[in-house]
Amino acid sequence: MRNLECRDVTVIYPGDVHALEDVNLVIEEGDFVVALGASGCGKSTFLNVMAGFIQPTSGSVLLNDAPITGPGADRGVVFQKHALLPWLTVIENVEFGLKLQGVGRKERRGAAGKYLALVGLDGFEDHAVYQLSGGMQQRVGLARALTSDPAMLLMDEPLGALDALTRETMQELILDIWKETGKMVFFITHSVEEALFMATKLIVMSPRPGRITHSYDLGFSDAYFRSRNARAIKSEPEFIAEREAVLNIIYGDEAAAGGQP
Amino acid sequence: MSDATMNGRKNGGRLAKLFEAPSDGPGDAYGAPGRGGSVLISVVTSVFLLFLWWLVTELGLVKPLFLPSPQAVVSKFLDAMTEGFGGKTLQEHAMWSLIRVFGAFSIACLTAIPVGVMMGVNRYFRGVLDPPIEFYRPIPPLGYLPLTVIWFGIDETQKMVLIYLAIFAPMALSARAGVRSVSIEQIHAAYSMGATRMQIIWRVILKGAMPEILTGMRIGIGFGWTTLVAAEMVAAEAGLGFMVLNASEFLVTDVVIMGIVVIGAIAYLFDLLMRCVERKAAPWKGRA
Repeated sequence: MRNLECRDVTVIYPGDVHALEDVNLVIEEGDFVVALGASGCGKSTFLNVMAGFIQPTSGSVLLNDAPITGPGADRGVVFQKHALLPWLTVIENVEFGLKLQGVGRKERRGAAGKYLALVGLDGFEDHAVYQLSGGMQQRVGLARALTSDPAMLLMDEPLGALDALTRETMQELILDIWKETGKMVFFITHSVEEALFMATKLIVMSPRPGRITHSYDLGFSDAYFRSRNARAIKSEPEFIAEREAVLNIIYGDEAAAGGQP
Repeated sequence: MSDATMNGRKNGGRLAKLFEAPSDGPGDAYGAPGRGGSVLISVVTSVFLLFLWWLVTELGLVKPLFLPSPQAVVSKFLDAMTEGFGGKTLQEHAMWSLIRVFGAFSIACLTAIPVGVMMGVNRYFRGVLDPPIEFYRPIPPLGYLPLTVIWFGIDETQKMVLIYLAIFAPMALSARAGVRSVSIEQIHAAYSMGATRMQIIWRVILKGAMPEILTGMRIGIGFGWTTLVAAEMVAAEAGLGFMVLNASEFLVTDVVIMGIVVIGAIAYLFDLLMRCVERKAAPWKGRA
């Protein structure tokens, strides 16, 4: 069974800032892990450690029992700002990773086209990325991350910059793709509703030092796959009760940090 | 304060009216600074200035020695094309100047762009080259002209070196700024698709720096033209700058003005061309 294991991950930034302290987490095949927390709780740092962009001060991250020493094509990353390459067309962006790895044109066009269709963008192959809407740009970013066929997807607030309607559509799209591809997912968000709806496992983090304070196993996404009615699920009493419970934890952290509840 | 005073202040003064927010038509953004087209105003101004030039010379208000008439300048232009000035035709002068400016520009492109990119991606390069470039960059080329004569003599090499130096610094610094403009997310995204360090430099950083490199080329060629006259001050026998300097020694003012207009026109045309290249080669500039 494939998994990603974080063992006692500690990151101390210069100036003795404890961004992460002894964080342990196991993500297994089929897991959709969502990290939620007040600003500065270290969730982005955590993602960057998994991606290999930040070396932990101590502790280790193992992907299928092999330690992570740097970024690699086995972990696809989706950023809040799309980070696409504007000099390439949509399809060229999506196939970029395969091109870097020396895959032939025909094969990479085929793979890129498949994932572009999966995110609902077939027909946009030759468009310029800077002419697309924010939601479409994120779809391209998602297709690009999938095309290298990584073991897991790391998503750093991928829906944070989108309007509310696009955001809900994208939540459902990402869940469908996760279900279809079976990738492990680590997903960061500021939205409690989004976190509860999408996660199979929700971790709540709190700042100074950054650590995981709560962890929940959730099944709202399963309910979505059965009913395919996201709005109904998000207005169930059970969902609202969970939402209030999580909000109370986060507000507590914000208040302790001097923020406005 | 009564309403009357308020209105009085609001509408007071013709000068104030010029800078007042113009009344908004439907769909106009209120208070957008400098709203509206200005091409017509520019055309009218240009025509008016030409007319003023013609008028003061026609009425004999200024001696031709100081300001020759537009007709005289045009006829000198035609004369210089057919009969030449200073032993060479205008086309020959222009050709020599173009060779110097574009020769220096080409060498600057081949050296300044790689140097600027290396300064952006490597701290040793940056550390070593930053002090000399930043030191000489603000010095006017006329300031180091004597030194180029001592070092390189008075032949073509010296002229090219002077123009080259004027172009090099802005071009290298633009390329360096271009490297900086590539976002860390774009670089991280490429790394997490398995890119190697060399692939990042060639396929992400260099491409992402293109808009700024092109802007640097445009600025650089502009510096080349502004340095041309200085470069042709010493021991030149042809060139537009030489022609202007030579004419001024003999107080042939119409050739001086004609030469200045020709230099300006060529520089302006090339700037338009470079803008066109920028739009074609980096259409995403300012939109990504």
